[in-house]
Amino acid sequence: MRSAWGQQTGPDRATDAQVGPDLGISDMTTLLEMRDITKEFPGVKALDRVTLSVEQGEIHAICGENGAGKSTLMKVLSGVYPAGSYDGEIHYEGALAEFKSLSDSEARGIVIIHQELALVPQLSIAENIFLGNERATGGVIQWQETFRRTEALLAKVGLRDAPGTMVDSIGVGKQQLVEIAKALSKDVKLLILDEPTAALQENDSRKLLDLMLELKAQGVTCIIISHKLGEVRYVADTVTVIRDGATVSRLPAKGLEEDHIVRDMVGRDMTHRFPDRPRRAGEVLMEIENWNVWHPEHAERQVIHDIGFNVRAGEVVGIAGLMGSGRTELAMSIFGQSWGRNISGVARLHGKPVDLSRVDRAIAAGLAYVTEDRKSLGLILDETIRFNTTLANLEAVSTRGVLSEGQETEVAERYRKALATRTPSVMQQVGNLSGGNQQKVVLAKWLFAGPEVLILDEPTRGIDVGAKYEIYSIINDLSAQGKGVVMISSEMPELLGMCDRIYVMNEGAFVGELAAQDASQERIMSLIVNE
Amino acid sequence: MQSSETNTAQSEPSRLKAYLKNHMREYGLLFALIAIMAFFQIVTAGTLMRPVNITNLFLQNSYIIIMALGMLIVIVSGNIDLSVGSVMGFVGAFAAVMVVHWGMPVWITFIAALVMGGLIGAAQGYWVAYWKIPSFIVTLAGMLVFRGASLWLLEGQSVGPFPKSFQIISTGFVPDILPRGVTTELAGLFGARNFNVLAMAVGLAAVLIVIWLGLRARARDKAFGIDGEPANFFWARNVIVLGALLFLTFKLATFRGLPNVLLTMGVLIVIYAFFTQNTVVGRRIYALGGNAKAAKLSGIKTERLTFLAFVNMGVLAALAGLIFAARLNTATPKAGFGLELDVIAAVFIGGASMSGGSGKIVGAVVGAFIMGVMNNGMSIMGIGIDYQQMIKGLVLLAAVVFDVYNKQKQG
Repeated sequence: MRSAWGQQTGPDRATDAQVGPDLGISDMTTLLEMRDITKEFPGVKALDRVTLSVEQGEIHAICGENGAGKSTLMKVLSGVYPAGSYDGEIHYEGALAEFKSLSDSEARGIVIIHQELALVPQLSIAENIFLGNERATGGVIQWQETFRRTEALLAKVGLRDAPGTMVDSIGVGKQQLVEIAKALSKDVKLLILDEPTAALQENDSRKLLDLMLELKAQGVTCIIISHKLGEVRYVADTVTVIRDGATVSRLPAKGLEEDHIVRDMVGRDMTHRFPDRPRRAGEVLMEIENWNVWHPEHAERQVIHDIGFNVRAGEVVGIAGLMGSGRTELAMSIFGQSWGRNISGVARLHGKPVDLSRVDRAIAAGLAYVTEDRKSLGLILDETIRFNTTLANLEAVSTRGVLSEGQETEVAERYRKALATRTPSVMQQVGNLSGGNQQKVVLAKWLFAGPEVLILDEPTRGIDVGAKYEIYSIINDLSAQGKGVVMISSEMPELLGMCDRIYVMNEGAFVGELAAQDASQERIMSLIVNE
Repeated sequence: MQSSETNTAQSEPSRLKAYLKNHMREYGLLFALIAIMAFFQIVTAGTLMRPVNITNLFLQNSYIIIMALGMLIVIVSGNIDLSVGSVMGFVGAFAAVMVVHWGMPVWITFIAALVMGGLIGAAQGYWVAYWKIPSFIVTLAGMLVFRGASLWLLEGQSVGPFPKSFQIISTGFVPDILPRGVTTELAGLFGARNFNVLAMAVGLAAVLIVIWLGLRARARDKAFGIDGEPANFFWARNVIVLGALLFLTFKLATFRGLPNVLLTMGVLIVIYAFFTQNTVVGRRIYALGGNAKAAKLSGIKTERLTFLAFVNMGVLAALAGLIFAARLNTATPKAGFGLELDVIAAVFIGGASMSGGSGKIVGAVVGAFIMGVMNNGMSIMGIGIDYQQMIKGLVLLAAVVFDVYNKQKQG
C-alpha cells in the first residue's frame, strides 16, 4: 500500500533528500526526526514504521483519516507513551531523545495542545496559564508578576481580556488562544496543535491560523494536525500524510492540490465529495410554526425568535448559521424540549399537531436527533456497540420488558453491515472506535428507532474525508426512503452539496431561505451579515 | 486509539490470554472468594465449613446481601445511599413497636414495614431525582434523620421479644419434602444426624439450571459469531463454582436444611440478576449511570428511574430490617449502625464503579460473601474487632486498586 503514490517516503528511506529543493529554503535544519516509529497495542499495530521529519521554523501539517495514527504518533513524541514502549528513534535538536513522560518533553520545549482543551474552567486566565508553573516565592503566589506576565503573553496571542477573567466566561476560540499563551509561557520550541480549529468558527479559525504564522516568524516550529485541507494549505510549509499507521507521503504544501492530499489520505480517488441523489420532495412531513424559546437559566433571554420551517418527505433541509446562532438550541427545543424553557409554538407531523414535550414522546412521534456532541450527549462510551444501537428503541428487541440478546445482536449486526461500521465485533466498546465509526453507531441508534424526520446536528464534525462521504451516502439513502432530514452544519460546502433547501439562521431567527440552485457561500454569508 | 479497528487474526493461546485479561475482574473476584474460604478453612481447622457455621454464615450476611442488591442498582445509576443502615434500623424499630406495643398481627406489620421502607426511599429519591440534589448529601441527611428517629421511636430502649411467626423469617427453615423417617435413614448413609432432601434437590436443580443457561448463552453467542468465553474456561469455572455450590448445599442438608432467609435471598438474587441484565428497565439504569445526558436524549425517563432506584432501595432496606430484628428477636436503637458502609463496600469489592454505569448483581453478592467470610473466619480465629476493621478496610482498598490497575493495563 505504500508504493502507489509518486511523491512518497518509504519508512526505511532517509527523508531529508526530498525536502530541500522543493521548498527552496536552504538554511533549514532538522529540528525533529522520528525514525521508523512502531507502536503496538495488544493485537494491533497502531503505528508501523512511521517517519516524520520537521524542519526548524516551519509549520508542518500532519494529515490522515481518523484512526490513521496521528494522535498515537503525537503521544509517542510527547512521552505519553514513554521511550521503550515503542520501537524506533526520536531525534530532537540533533540528538537522540528518550522522553519518559510528558514533563520530560515539555522541559525540552515540546508542547501539545489537544483537541479537548485542558483548561480549568473555574480558574482565571492567569491562573490557568501558570498552572503547574506558578510564579511563586516559597509557595506564595506572586500575583503581580503573574498578572504582568500574563498580560504580555495575552498581547502576544492577540487576546485583550483581563488576566483575571474566568476561563468559563470566554468562548472556545479565546480558550484556544489561552492554551497557546500557556504554551508560550513555557518557552516552547515545538508547538503541536491537534485539530485546533475543530470547534472554532470561520473568523476565529482564521485568527488562530494567522497567529501560527506569526509564531513561525518568531521562530517557533509548529506541527498542526488537521482535517481541513484549506487550512493546511494556508499555513503549512510541508505536509506529511499518514494512512493506516504508516507514512504515505511527505510533500511541500506550496501549490499542492487538495485532491492529492485527499487521495493520499483515503488511498483512492475522490472525484465526488458528495454522492449524487435524485431530488424529489414529497408531501410536507413536519412543520414548525411560531417557535419561541427562552434560555433555561436566564429567564429573560429569548434565544429562539418566532421560527417557522418545514421538511418534506425525501428532502434534505439545511440550517446554516454561525456558531452561537441558536441552531442546536432550536433542534434540542424541538426534540422533546431538551433545551430551553417557556417553549411555545406549533409542531405538526403529516399536518396533525403533535406533542413533543418529552424526548420519549418526540421519538414516538417519529423524530430523531443526532447530537452535535456525540461523546457526551450521543453515546455511552463504556458500553458496547450493541448496547448503544438498541438504546432508543428497546421495546423492539424485548417482549414484555424482557430483552432478547439474540435480537439485539441481530439488529446491531444489521446496522453494522448497512453502515459499514469498521469494528471487529458489535461487542466492541464504543469508546474505542474512531470518530467516524462512533458517528455511525449514533446513526444506527436513531435509524433503529424508525424515525420519519431526522435532525442531524453537525453530523460530520471531527470525521475524516472518507467517513464523511459514507455519512453523506447514508443521509441520501434516508431521503430516498422518503424520510425528512434536517441538517445543521457549520461547513457551508457540505450544506450546499447535500441540501435541497437551506434556511439561514442568525441570532436565534431565520433570516432567509434559499433553494439549492440559488444558494452559494456568498449569498448565505450576506444574509447573515446584512441582518 | 484506533486499536479496535484492525481485526487481526489471533492465535488460540493469545486469544485465551486476551480473554483472561479482559475478564480478570470476574475471575479474580471468584478466586479471591475461594482462596479466602480455603484459607480460613485451614486456619480455623475446619470450623468454617462445618454445617452449623455455614448456616450461620448465610444468616449473618443475609441482610447485607439483600441491601447490596438495592445498593448495586443505586450505584449503577450513578448515585449512592448512605442511609440504608439507619433506615434498616428504623424499620426494624417500627415493626417492633407495631407488634409488641400495638399488638398488630405479624403479616400486617410486615406489609406496613415494607411500605414504610418504600416511602422513605421515595422521600429521599424525590430530592435526588427531581431536585438534582447530590445523593451523597440527601442520604447523609437521611442517615442522621433515621438514626435519630429509631432512638425516638424506641425511646432509647430495646423492644422485644417477638412472636414466633415474626422470628421465623430469620431463624426458620423450609420444611423437608420427605417424612422424617426416610431422611434419618438417608442421613445414616452419610454419617450425619440429618439429611434434608429438599436442600440437596434445590442445590442440584440450581446446578443444572446454571449449566443449561450457560450452554444456551454460548450457543447463541456462537450463532452470532460473538467471541464468548473459551470452552475450557467455561467448564473450569462451572466445575469449580458449581462444585462449591453442591458442597455447600450438602453441608446445609446435613444440618437443618434450607434456612428461610437463604431461600428469600436466593430468590431475590435471581430476580435482581435477571432484572439488571435482561430487562428493558434494567438496561436503562445502566445507560443512565453510563451517561445520563445521552440516556435522556435517547428518550429514557432518567428522573423517574433514579426515583425508583431509591424506592427499591428503601423496600430492600426495610426487608433487611425485618430480618435483622427477627434474628436478634429484639429491636435496638443501635441496629444497623454503620451497616451502610459494609453494604457499599460489598458492592465496590464486587466491581461496581463509583462513577456509575457498571457493576453486576453477582459481583455484589460475591463481594458481600468475601466480607462475610472474612468477618466470620476472623471471629472464629478470635481476632479482635480492631484488627478485623483494619483488615476489611485494606481488602476494600486492594480490590479497588486491583480494578484500577487492570483498567490501566488494558488502556
